[in-house]
Amino acid sequence: MSMAAEEEASRPFAGLSDVSISEDIPVEGDISVPVGPSRTEEEFSTLDEPVKETILRDLRAVGNKFIHVLYPRRSSALLRDWDLWGPLLLCVTLALLLQDGTADSDHEGGPQFAEVFVIVWFGSIIITLNSKLLGGTLSFFQSLCVLGYCILPLTVAMVVCRIVLFGASGTIGFVVRLVVVTASFGWSTFASTAFLSDSQPANRRALVVYPVFLFYFVIGWMVLTFSPSTERQP
Amino acid sequence: MSTGPGSGTTNAEPWGSFDDNLIQGSSAVIDMENLDDTSGSSFEDVGEMHQRMREEEEVAAEAAAAEEGDDGEFLGMKGLKGQLGRQVADEVWQAGKRQASKAFSLYGNIDILRPYFDVEPAQVRSRLLESMFPIRMINYPQKIAGELYGPLMLVFTLVAILLHGMKTSGTVIREGTLMGTAIGTCFGYWLGVSSFIYFLAYLVNAQVTMLQMLSLLGYGLFGPCVVLLVTYNVHFHVLFYLLWLLIGGLSTLRMVAVLLSRTVGRTPRLLLCGSLALLHMSFLFYLHFSYHRILEGLLDSLEGPNLAPIQRVPRDVPELTLNNTLLGHGLLATH
Repeated sequence: MSMAAEEEASRPFAGLSDVSISEDIPVEGDISVPVGPSRTEEEFSTLDEPVKETILRDLRAVGNKFIHVLYPRRSSALLRDWDLWGPLLLCVTLALLLQDGTADSDHEGGPQFAEVFVIVWFGSIIITLNSKLLGGTLSFFQSLCVLGYCILPLTVAMVVCRIVLFGASGTIGFVVRLVVVTASFGWSTFASTAFLSDSQPANRRALVVYPVFLFYFVIGWMVLTFSPSTERQP
Repeated sequence: MSTGPGSGTTNAEPWGSFDDNLIQGSSAVIDMENLDDTSGSSFEDVGEMHQRMREEEEVAAEAAAAEEGDDGEFLGMKGLKGQLGRQVADEVWQAGKRQASKAFSLYGNIDILRPYFDVEPAQVRSRLLESMFPIRMINYPQKIAGELYGPLMLVFTLVAILLHGMKTSGTVIREGTLMGTAIGTCFGYWLGVSSFIYFLAYLVNAQVTMLQMLSLLGYGLFGPCVVLLVTYNVHFHVLFYLLWLLIGGLSTLRMVAVLLSRTVGRTPRLLLCGSLALLHMSFLFYLHFSYHRILEGLLDSLEGPNLAPIQRVPRDVPELTLNNTLLGHGLLATH
């Protein structure tokens, strides 16, 4: 093998042709690959910053998106860098608030928590698939992000409802809750359509908005009909 | 590796082919290791490589068989080794293909389903209206739009309406199971009855495809949606029976008329349309009264664990109040 290689290589590399290796010494060596270009990104590295900064930066990003939802002005910040932390946070908050505080009724809490989770995530997945099927240009996770963030008004309504339920639980309380939930339902639908409808063909916007409407309607209905079990079973 | 058949033919001694074969086997193994390193993205190249490798192996086997027909045992060994290598390579190729297809299946399915969602809002509106007006034209096949957007949305609407009805009927406690029940009932009815009627239509040789059946039955759910939305909020039995006969009957008649126009013969028509009408009308009936059934089930489940205290302490006061509240609920729910 080495003989043949030497014979072949003797013509172009005449200076190297007299380098001969005796047969009983095994050929060894190290191959070192120079690592050049990966050093240039060192200033963007977040490996050696404090954990607090990392968390605060992410929380600030989530908070910024909350503001975008509360004041929808057709900006693409919610679409450009999507994340699922905000939706997760909102979903868990809503589920915890919808869950009854009574610990003795163990068969009540579990299904409700799971139901909120299932409705929120599967509902948004179905809406997203529907919008993709109708020819939307938004990516899967962008749409999930928008739909998740737009639950925020309904979560706020849930907090208000719980506070109202502490105080007045008569007809006045119900009217207040109805108004709050209706307003937040409209807000959610409006905000999400403001973000989503740009990516849709103009003639099919109504078809995309309908499942969104249904989705927030069901969540809003759950928020409105919530009442602690201490009222129901004296 | 490509020099395999050449060296095999020039080599006269029987061990030559065996050595050659060993080298071939080892090269195949190296190829498969490389194949493991490629992360699914270049699986076409791997497939090509595998194809080329297999062809070369076959060529080599043929050459060897032609050259040394008398060396039976070595030939057998070679065949076995080649088969093994091929099998392993096949397996790896299949695994890679499966993984890649799993990753692409979401978008693939979307592209497959996209034609069925190609509608305009005006089309959906007109189809919703058409689903309430039966057309008396049974000697020429009526047109059925093969579309799934409307049916799917109607099923989801029905799920929401059903959830609402179950909640207002006072069954707040079993929420998780209610949700599952609503989704299971609606999708089960839509898919199950569609398949059943399609099967019947196949038996009696009616001209209906599964897609058309899904679309027809899905739009047929518009009537029940309207009826249930009204009657879950306005609790009059007379109103329900009226709407059940009028709106439910109209949407059922529409489906029956379409199926009639696509079936030939009296008995097939009777069988197909009779079963569809019966199922559709009884489904609406069942959905309206289903929360009564669930309420009764709830009463049973509430009374179940409390049965023993009743026997031990006959005049239990909390038990009495519980029964009173349940009675109130029952009275509320019956009208």
